[in-house]
Amino acid sequence: MPGHEPPNKDNKELTDRPRDAATPGGITRRGFLKGAGVTAAGTALLEGVQVFSREAAAATPENVKEYGPEPVTIALLVNGKEHPIEVEPRTTLAEALRIQLNMTGTKISCDRGSCSSCTVLLDKTPVNSCTMLAIDAIGHHVTTIEGVTEDEKMHPLQAAFVRHDAMQCGFCTPGMVMSCAALLERNPNPTEDDVRQAVSGNLCRCGTYPKVFAATLDAAGQMASKA
Amino acid sequence: MATEITTPVFAALQQAASAAETATRTVTMPVGVPGFTLGEEERTVPVTEPPVLPINKDLEFIGKPIERWDGYAKATGRARYTADVALPGMLYARFVNSSVPHAKIASIDTSEAERMPGVKGVHVIETFLGGAELRDPSLEQSKYPVVRFAGQPIAAVAATTPQAAEDAAAKIKVVYNTLPFVVDENIARSANAPQVFPGAADQAGTAGGGGSRAGIPQTGNVHGPSVRKEGDAAQGFKDADVIVDAHYTTQVQTHSALETHGVVADWKPDLLTVYASTQGTASVREELAGYFKLPMSQVRVITEYMGGGFGAKFGAGNPGVVAAILSRKTGAPVRLMLDREEEHLSVGNRPSSDQRLRIGAKKDGTITAIQLISYGTAGCGTGAGCSGPAANLYKWATLHTEENDVFINAGPAAAFRAPGHPQGAFALEQSIDELAGKLEMDPLDLRDRIDENPVRRVQRQVIRTSEIWKSRNPKPNADSGIVKRGVGLSQSIWYRHLNYNSAAEVRVHKDGSLEILSAVQDIGSGIKTALAQIVAEQFGVPPAKISVKIGDTNYPPGPNSGGSVTTASISPAARDAAWQASQKFLASVAPGLGAKASDLTLSGGMVRSASGKFQPIAFRTAAAKMDTDQVSAQAKRVRDYDPKKYITYGGIDCAEVLVDTETGRIRVKHVFSVHDCGRPINPAQVTSQINGGVIQGISYTLFEHRLLDPNYGLMVNADLDKYKIAGSFEVPKIDVQLTEVYIGQSSTDASGIGEAAGIISVGAAIANAFYNATGVRIRQLPMTPGVVLAALNQPQQMMESI
Repeated sequence: MPGHEPPNKDNKELTDRPRDAATPGGITRRGFLKGAGVTAAGTALLEGVQVFSREAAAATPENVKEYGPEPVTIALLVNGKEHPIEVEPRTTLAEALRIQLNMTGTKISCDRGSCSSCTVLLDKTPVNSCTMLAIDAIGHHVTTIEGVTEDEKMHPLQAAFVRHDAMQCGFCTPGMVMSCAALLERNPNPTEDDVRQAVSGNLCRCGTYPKVFAATLDAAGQMASKA
Repeated sequence: MATEITTPVFAALQQAASAAETATRTVTMPVGVPGFTLGEEERTVPVTEPPVLPINKDLEFIGKPIERWDGYAKATGRARYTADVALPGMLYARFVNSSVPHAKIASIDTSEAERMPGVKGVHVIETFLGGAELRDPSLEQSKYPVVRFAGQPIAAVAATTPQAAEDAAAKIKVVYNTLPFVVDENIARSANAPQVFPGAADQAGTAGGGGSRAGIPQTGNVHGPSVRKEGDAAQGFKDADVIVDAHYTTQVQTHSALETHGVVADWKPDLLTVYASTQGTASVREELAGYFKLPMSQVRVITEYMGGGFGAKFGAGNPGVVAAILSRKTGAPVRLMLDREEEHLSVGNRPSSDQRLRIGAKKDGTITAIQLISYGTAGCGTGAGCSGPAANLYKWATLHTEENDVFINAGPAAAFRAPGHPQGAFALEQSIDELAGKLEMDPLDLRDRIDENPVRRVQRQVIRTSEIWKSRNPKPNADSGIVKRGVGLSQSIWYRHLNYNSAAEVRVHKDGSLEILSAVQDIGSGIKTALAQIVAEQFGVPPAKISVKIGDTNYPPGPNSGGSVTTASISPAARDAAWQASQKFLASVAPGLGAKASDLTLSGGMVRSASGKFQPIAFRTAAAKMDTDQVSAQAKRVRDYDPKKYITYGGIDCAEVLVDTETGRIRVKHVFSVHDCGRPINPAQVTSQINGGVIQGISYTLFEHRLLDPNYGLMVNADLDKYKIAGSFEVPKIDVQLTEVYIGQSSTDASGIGEAAGIISVGAAIANAFYNATGVRIRQLPMTPGVVLAALNQPQQMMESI
């Protein structure tokens, strides 16, 4: 996950993770294991070996605390505001946003990272919040669709979505907006192929893609002329 | 027992009402296609109808690409869908589903689940809803509903968190007495195949179509044939100069709406409130009131936003009924949303097809006979008929169709966007293309000969003069390279279905604010915006200023949204209500303005005095003079003005494809889509729907395929990564041209577009373009690289196998 900088937000329960000098700005192995707690599969991916959480904990015994299955209190930094919430460690970020924080703009559709309806920004990177644990978001800036709108006013990208009718049922729209917002953030002057790439993980069953492309390119133009 | 009421006042009221219903006047209406065939025709209409609406170019809001009324809510994530509804104390429910494809359940032990932390209620399903039902239920003795497919819901748990519900569901112990099963429809047709039902079984259709007529013969798993014979087809083939005879197969497609099926049910002693992801608030209320024997007045169904249905979301179904039962048991609101796997398995799909299609024609193209023998599987349901296009698209001298449903141990089909028509058109429109080749006729010229619809004729002219069609090399397989380019087209057809259970109320408030109310739900096609435009046009107020309150059975009845009925059904009721409310409004302000109501008109947002008594006053200013805070009018849909007229919708999709003959990949580069939906209320939204139909059609044609494992009877791709749906890189350049058509049938003269555009015709358009590129016919869906390579490498064998 390149390019993002976890803020050193203190979290009473879980964020006493030491920064690893070997991987500046990245997720440290130690931090990952501690944060992940129950993410056996994730650990295996990271390490390339088959380990389960208990064994993983045993592998790095110092300062490791195991969480779960009981609920834990964590703080999530969402849309610039810190929210203390109580979750079971197995709770996904999408569930925590939707249930604990009542931010229902983030949608769950496939619940396994293949449709991107649940896209949020982790720092500045779009991620599928349905395949990420809430506890893994500790220490990161999470931006949801609710955080894209400022003072009830639509972001130029959202306004372009409305202008171009880049939505039908609207269920995929928050995820589409998040993916396209992230694109414009890293590439203010995208081509149509760039937009296709940016939403290549976002499924729209109503088939609204052509207008999503047009809206995003239009928004880029509008934002450039204002900048 | 009804008492006859005979008071003089009541009799007078009755007489007045019936006089108003029968009193008519004659009006002149625009009919035809502007720029091509526009003319005028007379119609006799009820006197309560508003003045004839001019064509779109003369209107301010109707016919204009007004921004989606709820665009802000959708773009900002504030739109509240069913799964977003959170009520105080709400529980989360999970189904327990069958892990085997065919079984009688010996026992279900819920005791451990009931003791799990957070669990508040457990329910074992007594009646499985959906799917076919035995004509003679006594043929099957079983304590629990017989399992006929893997994924069939058996029980459900409600708990304080989704995780607790999932944990508890896993602790319910089901003991199955498994039965032989069959998931391959070809095997299911054989005499000694395992039987899905021990006797004849039928499935009722829904508001969106599907199902089958009752009383059809059944042999083994084959439910059919449903036969239609018009004239002597055998003689028709003898009279033919040319016969095209081919065999086509299409796969099962799942609806895969992004929002899964589900409800939040809140059972209170005097009111059952259900938030439902549905295409029909009316259908959900009807089913729940019927199931629980509750008065309709004590069931309320709400659908603020819904995340796609495509035909699969009618009625309460198992999620609705089970959530209501759990809510009644626990005394708390219950949310039950299906997960993605359940969505693939248990709540509908588009049936497959296996079609033998023969067409006989004279040298001039005149069709002497069409014969279609089709088999298809709707799982443990029915509804695989696909003869619509063959029977209705072209003129024939004789017709013979036989449709058969083949039962297999899979989830029941449901209506799916233009039921039967994508399958039927895939075969018919390829065979017509092949016929044109044999007759050495241009495909458009042949269709001019056999298609009498005047609108399609205009559309063919549009295609004929288009760049994409002009770029087509009439000679197949003309490219010598590895990647070959081809262009092909196909027509589509859909019908003027209406739902007269359609009404709306328009309210005018003293501050000049306006609202419209109806139970109709917006399934993404944008009826909220269309209703706002209609009220806006009447009062001269911007559509964004109209309060649109729909998707709630507390409001006047609304149509279920299936079969492209919504706009055609509800928009005239809305315009009539707006017109009648405006007349009441004028009567209400007349005293305050010192005028007679008969002297007042409302147009362009101004109240005017016909006699010139005063200068035009803005609507809002005049509203302050209302003699009550609010006036309102409710109107129901009146009958079509000329119901004897047989009206179809449709259009033509023209596709340009690139075929990589080494990898077998087909890339759709460009689609030109010419379609009609009567009077377009909002061309931007109509275009969005056509784009969607085209993309869903490409997805069906090239990618989507429900795969069942014959060894275990399970679906192997019940997710959204292995069940491949077209994504951003598979979307071609799409150009849409709407054909604006006036038919003189209602006060808005609007129709629907959901079925007609794209989904029906894109498959055959791609197949015909593939033939144009390669000189080889592909008669099998989906056209995956393996299918393409097999066709290209063994064209002769493919030809012979048909």
